This record gives sequence, C-alpha cells and structure tokens, in this order.
Amino acid sequence: MGFFLEVVLGGLMAGVLYSLVALGFVLIFKASGVFNFAQGAMVLFAALTLVRLMEFLSQTFSPFLIALVLTIAVMVALAWVIERLVLRPLVNQPGISLFMATLGISYVLDGFGQAVWGSDVYALDVGIPKRPLMLFESLVPGGVLVSSEDLVAALIAGLLVAVLGLFFQKTRIGRALRAVADDHQAAQSVGIPLNYIWVIVWAVAGLVALVAGIVWGSKLGVQFSLGLVALKALPVLILGGFESIVGAVVGGLIIGVGEKLSEVYLGPHVGGGIENWFAYVLALLFLLIRPEGLFGERHIDRV
Amino acid sequence: MGASSPQRRIGEVLLKLEGISLAFGGVKALDDVSFDVRKHEIRAIIGPNGAGKSSLLNVINGVYHPGQGAVTYKGVTRRQMRPHEAASQGIARTFQNIALFKGMTVLDNIMAGRTLKMHAGFLFQAVYFGKARSEELEHRQKVEHIIDFLQIEHIRKTPVGRLAYGLQKRVELARALAAEPELLLLDEPMAGMNVEEKEDMCRFILDVNDEFGTTIVLIEHDMGVVMDLSDRVVVLDYGRKIGDGSPDEVRGNQAVIDAYLGVRH
Amino acid sequence: MFYREAGQFKTSYGADQAVFPILQDQIFIGLWLALGFVLVPLVSTEYLLKAILIPFLILALAALGLNLLVGYCGQLSLGTGGFMAVGAYAAYNLCVRIPWLNPVVAFLLAGGVATLVGIAFGIPSLRIKGYYLAVATLAAQFFLDWVFSRVAWFTNNTPSGSITAPPVTLFELTFDTPVKKYLLCLSILVLFAAVAKNLVRGRIGRAWMATRDMDVAAEIIGIRPMYAKLSAFAVSSFFIGVAGGLWAFVHLGSWEPLAFDVNRSFSILFMVIIGGLGSILGSFLGAAFITVLPLLLNQLPQWLGVSISTAMISHLEAMIFGCLIVFFLIVEPLGLARLWRIGKEKLRLWPFPY
Repeated sequence: MGFFLEVVLGGLMAGVLYSLVALGFVLIFKASGVFNFAQGAMVLFAALTLVRLMEFLSQTFSPFLIALVLTIAVMVALAWVIERLVLRPLVNQPGISLFMATLGISYVLDGFGQAVWGSDVYALDVGIPKRPLMLFESLVPGGVLVSSEDLVAALIAGLLVAVLGLFFQKTRIGRALRAVADDHQAAQSVGIPLNYIWVIVWAVAGLVALVAGIVWGSKLGVQFSLGLVALKALPVLILGGFESIVGAVVGGLIIGVGEKLSEVYLGPHVGGGIENWFAYVLALLFLLIRPEGLFGERHIDRV
Repeated sequence: MGASSPQRRIGEVLLKLEGISLAFGGVKALDDVSFDVRKHEIRAIIGPNGAGKSSLLNVINGVYHPGQGAVTYKGVTRRQMRPHEAASQGIARTFQNIALFKGMTVLDNIMAGRTLKMHAGFLFQAVYFGKARSEELEHRQKVEHIIDFLQIEHIRKTPVGRLAYGLQKRVELARALAAEPELLLLDEPMAGMNVEEKEDMCRFILDVNDEFGTTIVLIEHDMGVVMDLSDRVVVLDYGRKIGDGSPDEVRGNQAVIDAYLGVRH
Repeated sequence: MFYREAGQFKTSYGADQAVFPILQDQIFIGLWLALGFVLVPLVSTEYLLKAILIPFLILALAALGLNLLVGYCGQLSLGTGGFMAVGAYAAYNLCVRIPWLNPVVAFLLAGGVATLVGIAFGIPSLRIKGYYLAVATLAAQFFLDWVFSRVAWFTNNTPSGSITAPPVTLFELTFDTPVKKYLLCLSILVLFAAVAKNLVRGRIGRAWMATRDMDVAAEIIGIRPMYAKLSAFAVSSFFIGVAGGLWAFVHLGSWEPLAFDVNRSFSILFMVIIGGLGSILGSFLGAAFITVLPLLLNQLPQWLGVSISTAMISHLEAMIFGCLIVFFLIVEPLGLARLWRIGKEKLRLWPFPY
C-alpha cells in the first residue's frame, strides 16, 4: 500500500511539473488564440539562460538573484521580439499558420539557446530543499517517502494557478485578453491595443516558462531533453482543455499519475518505455470521447 | 427590374415547415414557425435583422436541427437531416457571408458543386482514364453552360479569393446552380451590391426560375426586389411569423409595418 | 516574349484540362524528364547520386504525400516519420518472411500497410481539427517509435535493433549501383507524381480542397468531409509508406528506429511549408531545398575561412530552418512554388518590362 501511494504521489508531483509547462500554453492560447508549440523551447531557453548567467556571475554577492532579474529581462525581450517579428505580421491568419510559426520559433530558440549557452547538462541549484520527507507515518505503515523538492514545486504551481486564475477573471486586462483570444479584429476595433497585450501575455508566459524551467531544472538538470519533456504538455492540454487554467492542473496530474502507474505496473510486461507514449495515447482516447477536454468549451461554428 | 412571368405554373407543395422552434442556449432563434413553399414559386423571407431568417434557411438545409417541429420535403417528414443529405435531395443554397472555397479557382468551385453527380471510382481518377476523364469533361460542359448563363467566363481560372464581392456572389450562385437543385435557398443574394449589380442578379434569379423551373426561397432586405420578384412572402420578427401571403397582402399588414418601423410590441 | 500563350487556342475542354496546356511548358517538362533520366545518370558522380539525388527523390515522394494531406486537405500531421517507419518495417518483414516476394511489390504492399495504419489513426481524427489532429499524429509518432524499438517481432528478433534490408530486385535486375537506384527512385517518383496530379485535379482533389477551405460549406454541397479527410489520410500514408520503404532499402541499407523519429517528421513538414502548401511542384522544391541546405551549411565554414564546430553548425541549421519557416509563413505562405509561378508570370513579359 505504501508503495502504491508513493507511486501515486510521485506521479502527482511529476504531474505538477507538466502542469507548470501547460500553464504557459493555456495563457497564450487563452489570450491570443495561438497554440504555442515553442513553450517547451521557452522553458529550456529560460532555464539555460538562468543557469549559465548564474555561472558567469558566481563571483558576485547573489548570483541567483541577479541572474534571475536578467533572465526575466531576457524573457520579456524575447516576448517583444516574437510579437514584433512573428505575431504582428501574421495577425488574422488562420490558426494553423500561427501554430506552424511557433514551430519555427521553437527551432530558432533551441538552436539559438544552445549556440549561445552550449549544449551540455547543467546542474541548477537555486536553494530548493532536496531532502526526502517521510509523510503520513501515522496513516500508512512505514510512511510514504516524498521529495520536498516536489512539494515545493506543487506549492509554487498552486500559487501560480491561483494568481493567474484571479488575473483572468477579475482584472480589466484579463478581460481584454479573453476578448483578444476570441477575435483579433473585433478586439482591435474596440480599441484594445493588440500588440501591447500580446507582448504582456508572451512575457508572462515566458515567466511561467522560467518558473517551470527552474523547477524542472533543479530536479533533472538543465539539458536539451527538457524541451522534449515539455512536449508532454500537449496531451495535458487535450485532457484539460486548451483554455482552462484549472484544466491544465487537473490534466497534468492525471497524466503524471497515469504515466507513473502504467510504467510501474505495466512496464515490466512490455519491456518498459511506456512513459514515452502513454500521455499521447491517453490524449488520443480523450479526443474520441471528449475532444474539448474536461474543462474546455465546445466550439460552435456559425454559418 | 423585370416583372414575374405570368406563364409560370406554380405546383403543389414542395416544402412544408410546421411548428419549427430553435433555441441556442437561452436565445430563441425561431418560435413556432410554420409555412409552406410550392413548386416553381419564388418565396421571399423578410424581416428585421436578427429575426431568424438565416436560421430558418439553416433548418431547411439541415445545418441546424430544430428543437421542435418538423420539416416535410418532397412528402417525407423529418426533423433531423444532415446537410449532405439535403444536398442529395436537391437542395442548394448560398450564404450571407460568402462561403466559397477561397483557395480554389472559380471553375473548381463550380465543379465542386457537381460532386454529387460524379461517380468515377478512385482508381480511374488516379489514372485519369476512361470513366473519370469522360465524366470530368461531361460535367465541365454543364458547368460552362452555367458560366455562360451568369456571364463569368472571363474569370473562370481566377482564384476566388481575388474577386470583387459582387462577382463572388455570382460564383456562389453558379456553384449552387451546378447541383441542378430543385430547391434553391438564397441568403441575401443582393447584399452589398449597387443598382446595376442588383438588376443583373434579379434577372439571373428570374431566369433560373424560368429556365430551370427551380423553386426559390430567398432572404432579402430590398423591398423593391421582394415585391417585384416574389410570388409569396413570409415575414419574421423576433423568430415568429407575423405575415404570410402575396407581396401586396403583406405590404398592407399592420403588424409587418410596425415591425419595420420599430413600434414596440 | 517567348513564354507566351498567344496563338495557342484550345478547341476542346479536354485540351484545356491538360496538365501542361502551354506548349512551352510541355517542352520544358520534356527537357526535365530527359535531363533526369538520361543526362544526370551519365554525368553524376557517385557522391552526387548517393548523398544528394537519391535522398532528394525519396524525400520528395514523402513530401508529396504529406502535401496531399496538409496542403490540399488542410489536415496537419506530425507523424510522417512514424508512417515512413511503418512502410520500412512492413517492407522488411514482408521480404524477410516471404522470401519469394519481389521487393518492389513489397514496397507497394508496405504502402498498403501504411495506408491501413494511417486510416486507423485517421478515424479518430475525423471529429477533430487543427492542433488536436497535430497532437494525435504526434501520438502516432511516439507510439510507433516505441513499437518498432520494443516489439522484437518487427526487427525479426535482431538483438541490436538495427536491421539490414535485402537487396532490391525486379525482373532479374538488381538495383545495386547508385545509378540503378537513382533510376528506380526517379521512376517511382514520376509515376506517383502523375497519380497525385490526376487525383488533385479531379473530384477527389476538389473534395480535399473544399474540406480544407470551408468544411461546413463543403458538406452543404454534398461533399462528406469525413470521407475526404480519410481518403487524404489514406493516399498520403500510401505515398509516405512507400517512401519509407525506399528510404530504408535503397538509401540507408540498414537502419534503426531512430531514422524515422520526430525530427524526420518535422523535416518533411518543413519541406512542404517552404516548398508550398497545396502544390505538387512545391513538394519537389521544398525537398530539394532542405536536402541541399545542410550540405551547403557544412561547406560554409570552409568557404568563409572560419572554423565552426559541427555542433554549432547543427544549431545554426536549426535556427535557419526556424527563421525560414516563419519567413515563408509571413511573406509567401504558398512557398517556393508561388515564387516560381510569379517568376513564370514575369517570364511572359520578358524581355519587356511590363
């Protein structure tokens, strides 16, 4: 029983990490209607920038803080560049074109990041405690082993979700963002400054990517595969719905737990490696039953 | 604008709508609408904006399924019909916001309208031989006939996305005609046109009705057009039918006048 | 002035429907075919054939298949590599387990297998559009990756996971030299391109394009978007499956699942985007571009006189590809093919300025 719980909890924690990446997707989709394939590349890029800057600044009084500020600046600048060079020229193009443009962006980011910062594996230590904790000793014999790193990640994710959720529902800017996602031209015609809004959104998504990068990077080390892991966020979105912040969280948790469970219990029978495709096949099944996801909205085409 | 030909024989009922109600969430688009359309006639649907006219066409066409009521077409009653079933039954339509295939040429768009009449198998098509080839040429003949009729020969190879609005409307009409429909639904065919273009379009519609005997249901805002073209008129307001009869009858109907003048009721 | 239609009148619809109605185009195509079938094999070096031309031909076939699905029917697929793998492994298993089966026939059958797999993954895609479909095809890609590396049956229980293909023969002729391989691939490509062109200008092609442009309107004129999408998936998978078989047997010789991973899928998608969505010529142009570009980039340091590490070159390559994708999407969504057509338009006036 204890083992099962451990697997589940491990899965939940992994799921939280997926959710963090998926949150960035949802932000951008909710606010600009763009499916940002480059979100994973942004996570990697942010993490790379941070970790390398920390290295270069290791002699200063607080490498982490300075590097963090600089990285934030970089991500904001990146958002500005993307808006100026890619989004603005493609305004009102069909979604597929924008999606493929983000595919292009992800290639550019991958190449650029590694060209500038190098492609080795870098360890990231920002002070997140890594001690394993023994929990639930009273409930379950032997207790359940949980990594405090994962706990911190879960807390951060929860905080982000709450903040972003409030932002979209309650603030004026949040409302404007939702209008933009609905119809670019209409939003422009009521005076919403599209370009300005997009820079904000992509910058925030960049910051979310940075947070995800920090958390993932602490756990796994900053390396190229980080970008690929982020691809798993796509099935999370299918499960949760593309426009739902809550959905990103719930979807991530389901995928995280499902993956771990299937790997541990089914894996040995089929030679392992189920983790590579479980999320996607689950998403595929979901597409059959409920294409808009658990929390997504049904799309009605008006003729 | 031409007057309707007195030679036209109006036949028995082709389409009948009974008690059609349609709602989107809380919004009632149509509320207990009933009327019929006879063969070979030109039936106009008029009413203020938002009265539910396009929704009505969508119901006839199978795009929307009414919550209540039934549609009887050619004697068969059904509530749910998929759009491609409607197409195979001989119903064709045009749209308010032109629904042409922007990536294709005029010729391809109109040829697409003949899809249901083309049956050559896949392998024949792959080799463009035998049945596929002769079918393609045969239908090309028919399509050219329509292109002549609507006077759009000069743009037949132009991608539709590049055409002016008026021409696009004509191409859409051509595509609908290509299916040789028995019932043609036109959603504001004259919207956005100047006087000349409107006269042309009126002439085309009358010619279609005369030459091919097509029954026509059209939504139109221009009262002059409606009065001249149509045999009978249905008036909608807020999803309800408030008038039904010949153009003169409807013109004198107080409820209709009130609806257009915006008298509160 | 030379490239004009003046004086060439079509007296029948049949003549008008021809693939190359203008005489100059007919001559042009004749020249290209002569070039391809006769001149190139005579003058090309072995390196040119093996490193550039053969991969180009095979990838052009795959790009053609993908273009039918993405460009003509508007269905985005990121699983091309996986379907190439299906073709490759199907052909391999057919040849190994049925030794009397002719390899070229095996290719066609492998294409059929890929078609079936494509339809199997395509059916759930009928209800979904755009990004959802992309994710579904990614699912296919990763799943197929896993299947071919873990399930030993597919590799005939080869312990290393890397398998070698038997030589390709047809009617007593063994395609072992680069020239013969080149001619085989060229013939197959020309044949398939002809089929593609015929499909595209007929009823099925129109159904695809209508589904792409406005599927609601397509349904209203009687086209079933469901069948259109499925047929596009089927045909596309066939082309891609055969390309996969050729890639494994003729180009690689021996391979492992990594040869068909998600990067391969993206690379072929890039060929289609850069070459031109919805254009058969575009598939060729894109394939040529993407085959040649890495080679040029590899030579670049020598020409410039600087030394760049291979790792850096691959980073630069990624960046350039990304930028090109964005560039083409913004500036010319119809890709190189459209630029080509614009060039031809200018050619009609040449040497006059307007």
